[in-house]
Amino acid sequence: MSLAHPRVVIAPWTYGFIVALAMWIATTVYSGLGSAGSTLSAALAFGAFSVTVGTGQMLVIASGPGNIDLSVPSVMALAAYVSMTIMHESNSMTAPGLLAALAVGAVAGALNFLAITALRLPPIIATLAWSFVFQSFTFNFGGEATLKPPEILSWFAVWRVGGVQAMPVAVMILTLVMMIVLRRSVFGRQLLAAGQSERAADLAGVEVGRVRLTAYMLCGTAAALTGFLLSGFTGGAALNMGDTYLMESIAVVVLGGTSVAGGQANPLGIWGAALFFNLMATMLNTFHFEAGVRFLLTGVLIILIVAIAPRARGS
Amino acid sequence: MSAPTVVAPTVPALEPSPAFLDVRDVHKNYGAVHALRGVNFRIGPGEVVGLVGHNGAGKSTLMNVLAGTVQRSSGTFNLEAVDVTAWSPDRAQDYGLRCVFQELSLCANLDLAENTRIIHRPLRGPGWRKRAGAVILQTLDEIFPNHGVPVGVRVGDLPIGVRQMVEIARAFSVTDTSVRCVILDEPTSALGHEAAEQLLAYIRSAAERGIACILITHRLDEILAVCDRVVVMVDGQIVAERDAKRLSRAALVALMGSIEAPRERTIREDEPASRGPLVVDSPGRGAGDLSIEAALGEIIGFAGLEGHGQRERLRALYSTGRKRSAHGLAPPVAYVAGDRGSEGVFALWSVADNLTIRSVKALRRRGLISSKAERRLAQAWSDRLNVKTPSIDTPILSLSGGNQQKVLFARALASDAKVIFLDDPMRGVDVGTKQEVYQLIRSEAAKGRCFVWYTTELEELTNCERLYVFREGRAAVQLMGRQIEPSRILESSFGGGSD
Repeated sequence: MSLAHPRVVIAPWTYGFIVALAMWIATTVYSGLGSAGSTLSAALAFGAFSVTVGTGQMLVIASGPGNIDLSVPSVMALAAYVSMTIMHESNSMTAPGLLAALAVGAVAGALNFLAITALRLPPIIATLAWSFVFQSFTFNFGGEATLKPPEILSWFAVWRVGGVQAMPVAVMILTLVMMIVLRRSVFGRQLLAAGQSERAADLAGVEVGRVRLTAYMLCGTAAALTGFLLSGFTGGAALNMGDTYLMESIAVVVLGGTSVAGGQANPLGIWGAALFFNLMATMLNTFHFEAGVRFLLTGVLIILIVAIAPRARGS
Repeated sequence: MSAPTVVAPTVPALEPSPAFLDVRDVHKNYGAVHALRGVNFRIGPGEVVGLVGHNGAGKSTLMNVLAGTVQRSSGTFNLEAVDVTAWSPDRAQDYGLRCVFQELSLCANLDLAENTRIIHRPLRGPGWRKRAGAVILQTLDEIFPNHGVPVGVRVGDLPIGVRQMVEIARAFSVTDTSVRCVILDEPTSALGHEAAEQLLAYIRSAAERGIACILITHRLDEILAVCDRVVVMVDGQIVAERDAKRLSRAALVALMGSIEAPRERTIREDEPASRGPLVVDSPGRGAGDLSIEAALGEIIGFAGLEGHGQRERLRALYSTGRKRSAHGLAPPVAYVAGDRGSEGVFALWSVADNLTIRSVKALRRRGLISSKAERRLAQAWSDRLNVKTPSIDTPILSLSGGNQQKVLFARALASDAKVIFLDDPMRGVDVGTKQEVYQLIRSEAAKGRCFVWYTTELEELTNCERLYVFREGRAAVQLMGRQIEPSRILESSFGGGSD
């Protein structure tokens, strides 16, 4: 009888980390050991934003097949504009500004969910439609102008405690909290149940609607928080600030080992995928590839990783 | 490792005609699990063989090996005395071997004609849809006269009983190759009484035309009524083969290794005062519809023919009960689904996670679910229901159907629910398990829980103290105590009752 080959089995979500590490090494080899630290800290800083948006997107994707939030970029921009307008570059208004941003995100998530359930729209359409509405709000708030953040926010975004960046650490704590929420909280358990089978969850006493509403609201809130912090990091809110996060928020979730079919989520894997994305951009830039080649290689690498990674058995 | 030719140990005394299918010393391993351990099985043309055994005895695995959907690990496979090495569903189809699966194999998004086309290659070219519709309709008419199945409807929109009828009819439908042998896995579990009778009669007439049938069912009366030969499986092996004519039900149960417990019914019609407070109280919906009442400590049944509104009423009672208990107006409720594949199990989860999902709120300690309390609850109820699983961390899908169903039962019983709705939950569950669960339901009721139980099996209804017999969407008749007997229930189902 054939025994299973004694082979080290690597979980799919670790591939992001492995490839990210390889790229970090490649970049360092190319441009010298001195750049290793700065390459990593840049990847961690940008990665933190991708992870925050991605974590919200993960909750929505895990809540059931077909669920996705395409309004993420527009919510980021809207929340950033609303909070920048409220803070008006004043340090003392930072707390109200943050709260306003989070509220904008939560309301946007609720509106997304409402359109999905009340009007029975597919999530992809409902969230896309709302994103146009949010964009128009943003435009009316600030027009084309870039709104500047208060100093304290810019300071926080790059704050280091004993050489360690504070923000990525804060986001790592968020990831840790999310892992506990998914495994040990009633919401987490019910979310994964609803994601696997809506009917079975309903008959097992799960309020499927309420759970999904929470997922969409948390996703909106996470996008809003990212918009808020990103304006501090990049020096202001801009209309197109969220654009790259539309595909990236979905890609980091899927590459991170979360099932698109729903019912299964992996917050830790998002970090691997986010680092992979950011380190790859750095690496290709260091190698002085043109934009066209960069995109081509990015696409090819994503396909390769997904193809090579052993997939969890579907239902 | 290729097994040397094994001398067939026991050959049945009489071999009347050359076998259509003859397999010897078949093994099937799933990792360390031995699902089949040296099975010898043969069936001749026109023979009807019953296959019985407990859940997890290997019946479905054997069927899948015969149908080509699962590859055997070792053993020989003879089809009409020709040795077959590579066997697949496609080749099985070419040789006229068809299968009716317990988990239905129709495509839910296609209509009947399209589903028929899938297995019949000749149905192509202009007008295939019409011809496919005619083929399936003709077979449906032959097996289930007066079935009334609409041909143009998507399978997903049909009730499960009708889907089962279509699945059966498709297996018997003929275009270019004739049907030689049909394997039926629990074909009657989703059928109403009348359709089940029609199917059994059809199997007999098909046998006279030379079509062999392998019938897997837990309804032993059906086996005894229709089969020529009965094969009993225990733990992946065939332990007995008997002539069905000379076999009694009790003897058959004994062969399966479980003694059918004599039914100890408590008829409580004389002491209505012992009932607890009313927990289900739903007025009828218009003329001829009885209001449904159930009290704590009671087991009430929903009877009647399949698809006469029992399930819909059960769902409605459940969702009302849930809303009322959320507002603190009624005790908590739970629901045990019968369609475990799509409404019961969470496929990605372990036994423990599946068992505790209904109770997660109660398992919180300082805001988070306590792993310790959760595991204790899962272990206790998994033991109590005697779930056959290596551990509570085993993925639920690697359990046999009956054991998955036990986990769903455990999910409801382990919860704080006082009122438990049972939606025909014993479909395809073996006799021994059924008796265990009946016992448990009775003892839980005695402890003050209330069960509202919809079932299509007449025998099962005798566990209830009070029945509502449904007819055309209405609770038409109420039967109590000594009135609960199969003939009376049938009479009421068909509208002959006088109450």
